Amino acid sequence: MSISLPDNAAIGVFILFFVATIVLGSTVRFWRPLLNRRKAATHHSQGEEWGLGGREFGAWVTWFLVGGDFYTAYTVIAVPALVYSTGGFGFFALPYTIIVYPFIFAVMPKLWTIARDGGHATAADIVRARFDSRTLELAVAISGLVAVLPYIALQLIGIRTVVEALGYTGMLPLLFAFVSLAAYTWLGGLHAPALTAFIKDVMIYIAVLAAVIIVPIHLGGYGAMFHAATEHLPAIPGGRVVSQDQTVPYATLALSSAFAAFLYPHTLTGILAAKSADTIRQNAVFLPIYTIVLGLIALLGLMAHAAGIVTTSSSQVVPQLFLAIFPSWFAGFCFAAIAVGALVPASVMAIGAANLIMHNILPRHSESVTGSRLAGLGVKVGALGCVVFLNAKFAIDLQLLGGVIILQTFPALIMGLLPLRLSAPALIGGWASGSLFGLGLCWLDGLKPVHPIAFGGFSASVSTGLLALGVNIVVTMVLGSVIRLALGASPSTLQPRSVRRQG
Amino acid sequence: MKKTILLLLPFAGLLWVPLYNRHDPVLLGFPFFYWYQLAWVPVTSVLIWMAWKADKQS
Repeated sequence: MSISLPDNAAIGVFILFFVATIVLGSTVRFWRPLLNRRKAATHHSQGEEWGLGGREFGAWVTWFLVGGDFYTAYTVIAVPALVYSTGGFGFFALPYTIIVYPFIFAVMPKLWTIARDGGHATAADIVRARFDSRTLELAVAISGLVAVLPYIALQLIGIRTVVEALGYTGMLPLLFAFVSLAAYTWLGGLHAPALTAFIKDVMIYIAVLAAVIIVPIHLGGYGAMFHAATEHLPAIPGGRVVSQDQTVPYATLALSSAFAAFLYPHTLTGILAAKSADTIRQNAVFLPIYTIVLGLIALLGLMAHAAGIVTTSSSQVVPQLFLAIFPSWFAGFCFAAIAVGALVPASVMAIGAANLIMHNILPRHSESVTGSRLAGLGVKVGALGCVVFLNAKFAIDLQLLGGVIILQTFPALIMGLLPLRLSAPALIGGWASGSLFGLGLCWLDGLKPVHPIAFGGFSASVSTGLLALGVNIVVTMVLGSVIRLALGASPSTLQPRSVRRQG
Repeated sequence: MKKTILLLLPFAGLLWVPLYNRHDPVLLGFPFFYWYQLAWVPVTSVLIWMAWKADKQS
């Protein structure tokens, strides 16, 4: 294993940029009014201000806030790690982050309008109002909370990875990751990530543009880079780039990731904090710009092979590549970009999950900012637990595990927008079956995100999340029909109850 | 209806993997597999923009 050790310049530059971003972000309450006096007239409850930024973010802030959800440790550490280990297969993140935008365009403005009209702050709020069911609200809230933990864990791993690359070992890198995240979120609320998302994006752009220009120059151009990389990866016959039995996992992982992406509490927070439905539509047109950069970052996994990086810890691929080809001070800057790029979304995730706890799991305490902060801290402790106790082969498996859980809220939240006759008991039954089935498969497969199925003459590995969603939808539909038939026999049974509840 | 088709095109073009699971033709050093998928990014932006315009007209 060849590891280049950084010198003090890398560590110094890293600390300078990382600390500067945290300080700027977490003191935003104090300097923001100086820049923007006219906003003083609008009053929001403190909780709405901390959690939804007052629902006043325009096109630009939304672009950075929502787009920033894709520039996480997922993009910069986990995807290149998978590409390094599996070649073209890891590239499924690219179709995922393309097809997600037509989906956002079609669905999210409707959801935003419902949330605005009803004053809802979370997915669980929306579902409770639509189906008049406290149980369904709890189901959706718990899914959001549990799903976001491994996703935050992935961000902590991202920060830990760069601190390790700076030469530190043992528990210190993880502790550093956790403490910086906790301090940053506690002080800043949603305004901190929204505004520092800008700094973070600029830093990541600089790091990535430098990498995708300088690395191929080092290696003799993109053609030579692709050629050199294939020699280090398992050979694939027939002029293909991914082997034939990987095509179904590739497509189904892309599809399930795209459906899951905006069901998470943190991504939905970014959407609901937009100023108008048209802000979201406009963003769906321009957000794909992020995807180009994501694709180039994914290629860092191949560049690492071409640059002769050999490591058994795949998460270290990008940091080791930067250390190998950049001067150490610039590697330090890139590490700060990665760490901030993990910190900002992790903070949005913790706030989204804290919103769920405060609004939906403990509704009576929903106005206390200290309570929200404590809930956010609890979420981060849970994520820390995921890093320590879940032993996934790839960091990306943590994100895909979150996807399996959050996808089970798809029928209630998204299919609930369609003119289908779905009832709360049917949706709860579907949710429970899908969740149990999906988590059971993940457990049996050792956290692997795909499961082999055989159906007639057809056999392939399919995304576990999509399989579980299939079970969920079938159970929801069947239960729904059974309940409708039962009601058809005696239509009076549910009628008086709903009338009583309104009165 | 037109809007639905515009929005479904990226799904069709990207989820049928055998369609683009090829090394050749190479463009600027990029195997077909990679540049085909990257090319869908601007195409998707334009398709969504067209759907947005169609929305506003109706």
